[in-house]
Amino acid sequence: MMSRLKARVTDPQLLRALIGILVFVSLWYLFTAVLNLPRFKLIPNPIAVLKDWFSFTPASGRSIFTKVYYLDIAYSVGRTLAAFALATILGVSLGLLMGWSRTFYDFTFPIVELLRPMPPLSWIPLAILILPGVEIAVVYVTFIAAFFATVLNTLLGVFSIDKNYFLAARCLGSRPKDVFMNVIVPGSLPFIFTGLQIGMGISWMSLVAGEIIAGKQGLGYAIYEGYFLYQFEHVISYMFTLGILGYISSAAIRAAGRKLMAWEARRRGA
Amino acid sequence: MSNRNGEGVLSKGDFGEVRLEGVTKVYEKADQSQRVLDECTFSVERGKLTVLMGPSGCGKTVLINLVAGYERPTSGRILIDESPVDGPGSDRLVVFQETALFPWMTVYSNVIFGCQVQGVSRGETKERAGHILKKVGLYEFRDKYPSQLSGGMQRRAELARAMINDPKIMILDEPFRGLDAMTRQLMQEFYVGLFEEIGRTNLFVTHEIDEAIFLADRVVILTFQPGKVKAEIEIDLPRPREFHMLASPRFMEIREQVIDLLYEEASKAFAAGSKAAYDLMGAIVARKGACEKCE
Repeated sequence: MMSRLKARVTDPQLLRALIGILVFVSLWYLFTAVLNLPRFKLIPNPIAVLKDWFSFTPASGRSIFTKVYYLDIAYSVGRTLAAFALATILGVSLGLLMGWSRTFYDFTFPIVELLRPMPPLSWIPLAILILPGVEIAVVYVTFIAAFFATVLNTLLGVFSIDKNYFLAARCLGSRPKDVFMNVIVPGSLPFIFTGLQIGMGISWMSLVAGEIIAGKQGLGYAIYEGYFLYQFEHVISYMFTLGILGYISSAAIRAAGRKLMAWEARRRGA
Repeated sequence: MSNRNGEGVLSKGDFGEVRLEGVTKVYEKADQSQRVLDECTFSVERGKLTVLMGPSGCGKTVLINLVAGYERPTSGRILIDESPVDGPGSDRLVVFQETALFPWMTVYSNVIFGCQVQGVSRGETKERAGHILKKVGLYEFRDKYPSQLSGGMQRRAELARAMINDPKIMILDEPFRGLDAMTRQLMQEFYVGLFEEIGRTNLFVTHEIDEAIFLADRVVILTFQPGKVKAEIEIDLPRPREFHMLASPRFMEIREQVIDLLYEEASKAFAAGSKAAYDLMGAIVARKGACEKCE
């Protein structure tokens, strides 16, 4: 146990990661606290941010010891999860169908390619006009870009499957349903998971933008509010909170992918 | 020949016979038509192993696709036990050049795939799979993924997956291509033993002259563009076969005959600039040289 712990601490990879972080924080400290560069005058140094983040009585009213901090997180995580779940279910289904049926592909691909490049934020006016309530509009904006990333990657996943697998499945007596379940779905999984990773990243980005423009609660909204109220400590601590949440969600998708695709990992010799 | 019928898992004697009658395949590509197969007529006899040979571009793979039912002939007929081929069917099984094992399934799941999609009962599936996996020597490896197996093991897993459906006809399109020389030789020996044990009508495509003669009851040689039947050679080497036969005088004799027939077609292909034909030529020339030296 002890030796394993020791091995982890002296692991060069971990050490390098720590050095990287240390250099970043030092530069930040240097620019803000020591050199006091002109454009950095209003930017709090790392120590001030940490103090505010972990304070019992934060000036901004938002720290890890306040209820509102967790409420902000809950709002943002809830919206992202809802949007991401929707994007996964609808995006994977649409992508698989498009890859499976040439006719369906012909009908849908042009319109998907037309809607896909539209920036998520450009949807805000329509989303607010059409959807009942600002809350759903924010979720929609968070959903839309992740959805298209998932569709496209799923479709590419189906196209990436070796033609021989289809022939083999057919000559072993498969009906179309068997081909779908045993070849198309597992064969496109690696690409689907790439799509989900990208989708999750885009979700967080569009969420914050959506919250800034149309939200009433959540991390993005609080960051914007902090900007107006000159509470830059909490702007930065919330940025890091978003970073940590994004990191955790990506890691969760990777873990799920590894679990579902044991065969992929073995192939890579992991 | 040993006549064990594999404890009832693999049928004995209910094999199919394939008959090609004037099979022609023409591909129309933008005002240009290419005649790939021209009036091919031959039989793949019941319970025999027929090897199809010919230079690259003679339409071997097209012919296989026609027999498998993936494509239809432009004219002529393909009959299996007197009834015409109408699409793919589980009476015929194709083993492909590149391994087509599903990488996302374990060896076991791959092998039972045919049973599963055809709704064979659980108990029977398990029994058949166990028997066949033992036969190909992969029982211990049944929970591995294909990527964890060597090339030779992958080919054996693929044979197992094909055999579990108890097909009347096995179609193999250069199944040992890409294996290293040693593994290839071992696979040939393994396959000839398997064939001699379980029988089955086999249509086997290969480039390798020694492989063809070692395995075959009959070798059918196709001409280069368009593919026509150039010659059919009965291989009268006794069974069971083992590797020492490669040095027997009869084997050498047959090989000379096959090489001469192939040489003409390969040089036509060579003149047409086919890269694969160039390789085949190289191999033939090397063999001829080696033979003259050893005589």
